[in-house]
Amino acid sequence: MTSTLNQPSTSATLPSCLSLENVTISYGSFEAVRDVYMDIPRNRVTAFIGPSGCGKSTVLRALNRMNDLIEGCSLRGRVVFDGQDMYAREVDPVEVRRRIGMVFQKPNPFPKSIYENIAFGARINGYKGDMDELVERSLRKAAIWDETKDKLKESGNALSGGQQQRLCIARAIAVEPEVILMDEPCSALDPISTLKIEEMMHELKKSFTIVIVTHNMQQAVRVSDYTAFFNAEAVDGGSGKVGYLVEFNDTERIFNAPVQQATQDYVTGRFG
Amino acid sequence: MVIRSESDQDQFTLRRRPWAERSIDRGFKRLTIVLASLVAVVLLGIFLTVFSGAREAMATFGLSFLVTSGWDPVNSQYGAFTAIYGTLVSSLLALFIAVPLGVGTAIFITENLIPRSWREVIGVMVELLAAIPSVVLGLWAIFVMEPLIRPFLNLLHQSLGWFPLFSTTPKGPGMAPAVLILVVMILPIITAISRDALNQVPQELRQGAYGVGSTRWIAIFNVILPAALSSIIGGVMLALGRAMGETMAVTMIIGNSMNFSWSLLAPGNTISAMLANQFGEADGIQVSALLYAALILMLLTFAVNIMAQWIVRKFSLSYN
Amino acid sequence: MTLATPVRTAGSLLFNPGLKRNRTDKLFTSIAALFSLIAVLPLFLVLIYVLIQGGQLISVSLFTQLPPAPGLEGGGIANAIIGTFVVTLVASLIAIPVGVGGGVYLAEYASSGWFAQFIRVGNDILAGVPSIICGVFVYSAVVATRLFFGQSYSALAGGIALAVLMLPTVIKTTDEALKLVPQELSWGAIGVGASKFVTITRITLPSAFTPIATGVVLAIARAAGETAPLIFTALFSPFWPEGLFNPIASMSVLIFNFAIMPYEAQNSLAWAASFVLVILILGANLLARWIRRFASS
Repeated sequence: MTSTLNQPSTSATLPSCLSLENVTISYGSFEAVRDVYMDIPRNRVTAFIGPSGCGKSTVLRALNRMNDLIEGCSLRGRVVFDGQDMYAREVDPVEVRRRIGMVFQKPNPFPKSIYENIAFGARINGYKGDMDELVERSLRKAAIWDETKDKLKESGNALSGGQQQRLCIARAIAVEPEVILMDEPCSALDPISTLKIEEMMHELKKSFTIVIVTHNMQQAVRVSDYTAFFNAEAVDGGSGKVGYLVEFNDTERIFNAPVQQATQDYVTGRFG
Repeated sequence: MVIRSESDQDQFTLRRRPWAERSIDRGFKRLTIVLASLVAVVLLGIFLTVFSGAREAMATFGLSFLVTSGWDPVNSQYGAFTAIYGTLVSSLLALFIAVPLGVGTAIFITENLIPRSWREVIGVMVELLAAIPSVVLGLWAIFVMEPLIRPFLNLLHQSLGWFPLFSTTPKGPGMAPAVLILVVMILPIITAISRDALNQVPQELRQGAYGVGSTRWIAIFNVILPAALSSIIGGVMLALGRAMGETMAVTMIIGNSMNFSWSLLAPGNTISAMLANQFGEADGIQVSALLYAALILMLLTFAVNIMAQWIVRKFSLSYN
Repeated sequence: MTLATPVRTAGSLLFNPGLKRNRTDKLFTSIAALFSLIAVLPLFLVLIYVLIQGGQLISVSLFTQLPPAPGLEGGGIANAIIGTFVVTLVASLIAIPVGVGGGVYLAEYASSGWFAQFIRVGNDILAGVPSIICGVFVYSAVVATRLFFGQSYSALAGGIALAVLMLPTVIKTTDEALKLVPQELSWGAIGVGASKFVTITRITLPSAFTPIATGVVLAIARAAGETAPLIFTALFSPFWPEGLFNPIASMSVLIFNFAIMPYEAQNSLAWAASFVLVILILGANLLARWIRRFASS
């Protein structure tokens, strides 16, 4: 059995959008995730699964330099986007985030009106077109237009949790990024909101490359085309655990015929 | 006043408690009630003292006391306009200068612009500035700051002397140095409260702002500051109340003149400075006039403090 | 324009310092840095002058002699140092028991009743009352009425005025510190049959000791530097302290009186008193910080 560890996992037929090359991410002196190689295909949904503490969210946040906001967080290796290493010294993280958007675990609408929540990002990205139209189109794409069209001037905080999360997705769509990163977007939501967001993702992948971190394996099966399984192992002599990428392949292969025993154990629930 | 009933305590008790223990318990509770009530007693005492003392002057001078500026102990004619104007103008001008400085400093030490250790050092220094007694700042203002800024004030007078606010020659103590020393005194309050307000803005909101591609200052101006705004305004109002009531440093540098002047470079007065200077030696209706002014000062600070609390409650955003 | 084809054709990710947004960012960061510099500058200027002007006068006589009569040289501020300690001690002896007791009532007996809310609001208002008005109040209530054995100005009156000033801080600190003590702790004590009195004095108050002590030290430091409440309660005295019922000197009033005198000897003593006062107060602040750090580690 060939190990996929430490080798570029590719989905050969598809053009890749983001490539991780030997990525190791640390918080201070503590390594959170180690030696990740991965090519994330364009216009597909890629899911990151794995137990808590395996570093999947850390890797996701590394894909648009969100980890810059966490003090002491550092990255070794290369993350290549559009032919450039986004961690090169002369790269502007703001530029990266304008092309790679993000939806967070906890809905975080700005303390502004629903309309302004959408328009804010577009405006700072220099959008010159018809703002009303963009707001409507983004809200429609995020399947929240019907619920909000009569109260665009109301605060985004007045919406329910599921609606807030769809508003945040609309906000991310509005700036027309090439990639949308989603960090457990449904973990705080009820099943109906979750279903709505999952349906929406099938629509969205026509326009965007989507990377989603999820705790929920059924969700990974339902929404993703490719799945990456991360695991954590104890560090030699150390106290903590370090995450690593076990296997990355078609979602169907990961769940039905994984190469690695660990993946098999995890997806069949025999883990730990 | 009983919040926990006796039976709540009794249900843990398997024996009859001795009389002494129960009476200590009850006595202690009554003692704390009395001590807490002292706050109300003192507050009421302050208000009644000032109000009853001011009644004679209120009856004699009426509301014209607020808008006339004669202060003539020889003929017993009193009008507090100069001091009221000085109180409002000095504190508002000080606020006008201190708010951008304080909020800017707070942003500088919360928004990850410099290494953490630097941020902490600046924070501690601002807090220590708040600890320096007012009277020491006054001494410093007389002997160091005022001579230092006088050339600049002179320049201001020479170039803009046609403008009423700069129409007199700076000769030493005056409104302008008083404003500057007030800035030094309220800057730490504004900085500390703004820093706390910014620290309470949820990290998720910052991530959201950066996630759609904001630069640092776009995020600060459009998302972080608006989210912290109500607390910051509350802190600014508290600082305003403090500035209006501030006594010693202002008394020492404002010049204590009851002659009204539009010029910021001329000596002026504030209500608290007037009290500090005259109250000890006043008698007759002058005492009453001073207490009338003190009442006005109390009502002003009271209104500002109530407004501060109202603003914080009314406009504070919920972040779920 | 559709969502499927991004408007921005693959551009450079590189940082472009010429972009307007990056120039604006740099500009505002520089402004914030400048503002911080201006904000800490007064501390340095004040400290430097106090240390230079006051420090050079430090001598034995400063701590052992009385201030000179106007026009004469030399002398010290011994009576004012003693006076500051006496007046602050009187204030602490009044404000700490009253404030801690009141705080215990608010936090432990009536945390949400209307009376507690009323006292809390009153406490906030009292904290906002200008210090000069505390002085006016105590003057009218104690000095003018000659309440204590027919004496007018007295150290005791000064202490009371400072206590009025300290009280809101001590109450608020105690109230908030006690509310941070986990309820399980007092439930544990009540659960084994301890009375409320024993629970509070043996369990709750000791566990909240650090924040209360920190707040009290800061309140004392603030009171020690206050002048406005003292100028017409404790007044001033060029002589050695004569008990609690006579006027007493204090460093803060000495600075005020001597700063505006046209004599250089007095001006210098004002700087020397500032030096001693600032050292004491900054020391107390650092002590409070140390208590906090010591307890949290």
